[in-house]
Amino acid sequence: METFFQQMINGLSLGSIYALIALGYTMVYGIIKLINFAHGDIYMVGAFIGYTMIHSFGMGFFPALLTAMALSALLGVLIERIAYKPLRHATRIAVLITAIGVSYLLQNGMLYFYGAEVRSFPQVVDNTLFEVAGLQVSRIQLLIFATTLVLMVLLQFIVQKTKMGKAMRAVSTDSSAAQLMGINVDNVISFTFFLGSALAGAAGVLVGLYYNTIDPMMGVAPGLKAFVAAVLGGIGFIPGAVLGGFTIGIVETLVSAYGNSMIRDAVVYGILILILIIRPAGILGKHVKEKV
Amino acid sequence: MLTVNNLAVHYGVIEAIREVSFEVKEGEIVSLIGANGAGKSTILKAVSGLIRPSQGEIVYEGTPITTATPKQIVEKGISQVPEGRHIFSGMTVLENLEMGAFLRKDKNEVEKDLQLVFDRFPILKERKNQDAATLSGGEQQMVAMGRALMSRPRLLLLDEPSMGLAPILIKEIFHIIEEINRTGTTVLLIEQNAKMALKIANRGYVLETGNVVQTGTGEELLESDIIQKAYLGG
Repeated sequence: METFFQQMINGLSLGSIYALIALGYTMVYGIIKLINFAHGDIYMVGAFIGYTMIHSFGMGFFPALLTAMALSALLGVLIERIAYKPLRHATRIAVLITAIGVSYLLQNGMLYFYGAEVRSFPQVVDNTLFEVAGLQVSRIQLLIFATTLVLMVLLQFIVQKTKMGKAMRAVSTDSSAAQLMGINVDNVISFTFFLGSALAGAAGVLVGLYYNTIDPMMGVAPGLKAFVAAVLGGIGFIPGAVLGGFTIGIVETLVSAYGNSMIRDAVVYGILILILIIRPAGILGKHVKEKV
Repeated sequence: MLTVNNLAVHYGVIEAIREVSFEVKEGEIVSLIGANGAGKSTILKAVSGLIRPSQGEIVYEGTPITTATPKQIVEKGISQVPEGRHIFSGMTVLENLEMGAFLRKDKNEVEKDLQLVFDRFPILKERKNQDAATLSGGEQQMVAMGRALMSRPRLLLLDEPSMGLAPILIKEIFHIIEEINRTGTTVLLIEQNAKMALKIANRGYVLETGNVVQTGTGEELLESDIIQKAYLGG
């Protein structure tokens, strides 16, 4: 039983990371119905920005986290403006293929600048272990929980209470009606990329700290798994991304602990297939019915 | 107030309207009447800047707005209640109304207008914290109208406000449109329900397959052959 709870703690840490990435997937999908396959790579770039800030500029954890979030957010907006905006009236598949192209561009760009070797992430936080009721929690895990919690509360506040957040919800339910309100849809889309990419950048720094290593290909697998998480929870639906993220993190950890870590990824992708067959709208998503 | 000259709109190669001209004077209710597919909604979309006409001109208070963005058009005082209501589901009634005032900075005045909307549609006050998608069709129409009024428009565009509503509700909605007009808002109304729309209109235009085929005062049109035959079964 103790192992189980210990694994739950590990699963929740990993799940926090997936949830942070999944939020960006789901928000962008909610607004422009695009699966932004470059999103996992923004997370990777975020990790590298955090690395550079700590390693080359001697920043502490929080300044590095905030810088990584800010620069990732700008990168997200830039990508949207340059690569996706000109395709606003193109077919969805054209935008999707462009997203895959941007993903490769980011990976290879980072390979060019930083090289392919795995780098160790500077450990700016003492990894002290705390024991609570026989369970071990590391300082980094606590930091992950706390950061994720704060960011999610902040996101919830922005989306529910601020004018821009309400505009985001309006555009995501009905973009032409939103235009009739005088909402500039392009600005709302940029804002959505800004928020989503900032969260991905934060996740990148947290993962660097948690797993100690970063490399230019590190965004591929977590990006896909966060996508699975978003679909599992109900894509386009913010609470769904959080639920899906934690579920995938916990499932992955439990499979490694009790089953076989070799089939860990297979189980996660198996979940994607199952959910698409059984409940394509996701756990929290609902089929929208129109009232006449 | 609003002049539309020789307007044509194409969707790809398909021509939705051709050479449509009409005029709305300050303080009027003008009704555009026509069957499904006559291009009525297309005209309103062009006026609101949602689609770009391929030809012609839209002039509002002496300034051309043919190429203005939807945002600029709302800022100029034109607001639209779209066909099918298009309320924001997942948002409360209050949030829906707030979105109507999205561009306004005068918070106190917005609050006053909100009270006016609640006075006009008391049921919305009762339901202000309810998800707008859970409302009945008639109530949703009220949300859409209240939302459009929250921008404090001088010209209100209404696209098929009676669609899908019970006769008693239609009567109420038209009554409210007359009231809104009486308090100084000019109204451009698009309807399939020709009888009701022409009854309250100062003037009307009849559209057929993308063309204006007849025009006159509301009463004249109600008695005209074309309306009697096509819409009133006379």
